[in-house]
Amino acid sequence: MRQAELLIIGGGPAGLCAAISAAKSGAKVLIIERNKYLGGQLVKQTHMFFGSEKQYASTRGIDITEILLNELDKYKENVEILADTTVVGMYEDGIITALYKEDDFFKISAKAVVVATGAFEKSLAFPNNDLPGIYGAGAVQTLMNVHGVKPGNKVLMVGAGNIGLIVSYQLMQAGVEVVAILDAASKIGGYLVHASKIRRMGVPILTSYTVKEAIGKDFIEKAVICQVDDKFQPIEGTEKEFDVDVMCISVGLTPLNELLAMRGCQMKYVPQLSGFVPLRNENYETTIENIFAAGDTTGVEEASAAMVEGYLAGLCAAAKIGYKTDDFDERKNDFVKQLDALRSGPVGKHILSGIEQIVV
Amino acid sequence: MFEKTGIPSKEMVMGKFPSIERINKGPVAVIECYKEIPCNPCETACKFDAINIGEDINTIPAVTSDNCTGCAICLTKCPGLAIMIVDGSKSETTVLIKIPYEFLPLPKVGDTVMGLDREGRHITDVKIVGVLNPKSFDRTPIVTVEAGRKYLYDLRNIKVEAK
Ligand SMILES: Cc1cc2nc3c(=O)[nH]c(=O)nc-3n(C[C@H](O)[C@H](O)[C@H](O)COP(=O)(O)OP(=O)(O)OC[C@H]3O[C@@H](n4cnc5c(N)ncnc54)[C@H](O)[C@@H]3O)c2cc1C
Repeated sequence: MRQAELLIIGGGPAGLCAAISAAKSGAKVLIIERNKYLGGQLVKQTHMFFGSEKQYASTRGIDITEILLNELDKYKENVEILADTTVVGMYEDGIITALYKEDDFFKISAKAVVVATGAFEKSLAFPNNDLPGIYGAGAVQTLMNVHGVKPGNKVLMVGAGNIGLIVSYQLMQAGVEVVAILDAASKIGGYLVHASKIRRMGVPILTSYTVKEAIGKDFIEKAVICQVDDKFQPIEGTEKEFDVDVMCISVGLTPLNELLAMRGCQMKYVPQLSGFVPLRNENYETTIENIFAAGDTTGVEEASAAMVEGYLAGLCAAAKIGYKTDDFDERKNDFVKQLDALRSGPVGKHILSGIEQIVV
Repeated sequence: MFEKTGIPSKEMVMGKFPSIERINKGPVAVIECYKEIPCNPCETACKFDAINIGEDINTIPAVTSDNCTGCAICLTKCPGLAIMIVDGSKSETTVLIKIPYEFLPLPKVGDTVMGLDREGRHITDVKIVGVLNPKSFDRTPIVTVEAGRKYLYDLRNIKVEAK
């Protein structure tokens, strides 16, 4: 069995920041990441991020990973990274199991754990939604921005949240035509600066619309959409058809945290946080002692918030296992203040109304 | 309507423009940020104290046009690409408009390209009079177009046909 002082599961922005913070405090950190590379969602975000200077605002997501890895490198004697490794179980007796590549299975025991596994994409039910050419937005973004592969030539984007809007813009940057963006909600969910930026490229944004069906033999050839009423029921006679070879589904994310549930952490369904999330205290420690969580796994938000949550959870987890530094209070207050600032606007209010329900 | 379509109304747009007298004096920033989001790099980037957001980073940026030199640094820093620079000082019949343009192919000085409004409609043809893409802009090139004066409040984008 492998021994670790502080185990961090997931090497996205939350996990990396937790590692930086804890390693800086002096804790020995082990990061386990299931992908071959670190960075989580950041590795495909070619656009500039919002936020303020401390969260690397107006830096492109792809470049934030490097900034974080350079920072982590300062404490390299305290950091070990296991990539291409998936944590598959967290048991009540504290044993954690992991799989390196396909068949190298091993056990780990750790004094404390920060779970930073992120979120996964929701899907949408409609006839023929399994036709090739119907992708999740994450897949489209990974194909384009990580592997340099065009997903197709004509795309219908389903979902006008930030991800749908941003991926539409990036599709156009890759030379792919976006015929329309639709959303069942009556208002655009994403930031309006993103919406305006796409609208002025001539792409219509159709609110109060949903997908009726996809049509095609071996792959999608046509998408049929229709208007919905204020109860989200389809309105007959409002159908529109688009000849497309790609439909991109971007209807939101939901926290990925089965490991926490398996371990026995108390979970709660909170719509404002996009799904089941762990109950936690202000230090991001769950209801099981020494098991911390940070980032989208505690509620879907943004990388800016995920990073600060990571810093905070890493700091507190390290302190909990004996690495409480003299400047602990100062660092903690700084992170708390940053989170408050990020969450003080209209979008943040919604998130806060969810967080209120899980902080114990 | 804006929240349904992404197209700001004429009144909203006009509310963000400084007076025509100011525009005729020289280049000045127009920040089309209509909704509170947690974001303040424009304020951080401005060296002339022309953009103010303040303590709460969700506040909509306020531009002090008299302090603005039209340097366009904010334009490359805005993650929402919501800023443009307008300049009415060069000619009685045309205006110069600087916009961020993150697409290939980049136009070249001297080209004539399609000028688009906030709905992406082709409203006029415009002449490219400047293209800047230094490393410090971090892959957000700035294109300066010369457009007829009557398009000052409507022109917001360009379309470059691939050859
Ligand atoms: C298209 C798009 C645009 C976005 N734009 C912005 C933006 O402009 N500004 C902004 O602030 N945010 C943006 N975000 C959101 C941001 O990317 C996320 O909020 C952020 O990445 C969450 O960080 P995280 O570390 O919690 O999760 P992730 O980045 O998802 O990282 C989780 C990591 O955990 C790993 N993992 C999961 N399970 C396991 C396991 N069992 N074992 C080992 N490893 C595991 C995953 O492989 C992944 O690397 C955007 C997201 C998308 C999809």
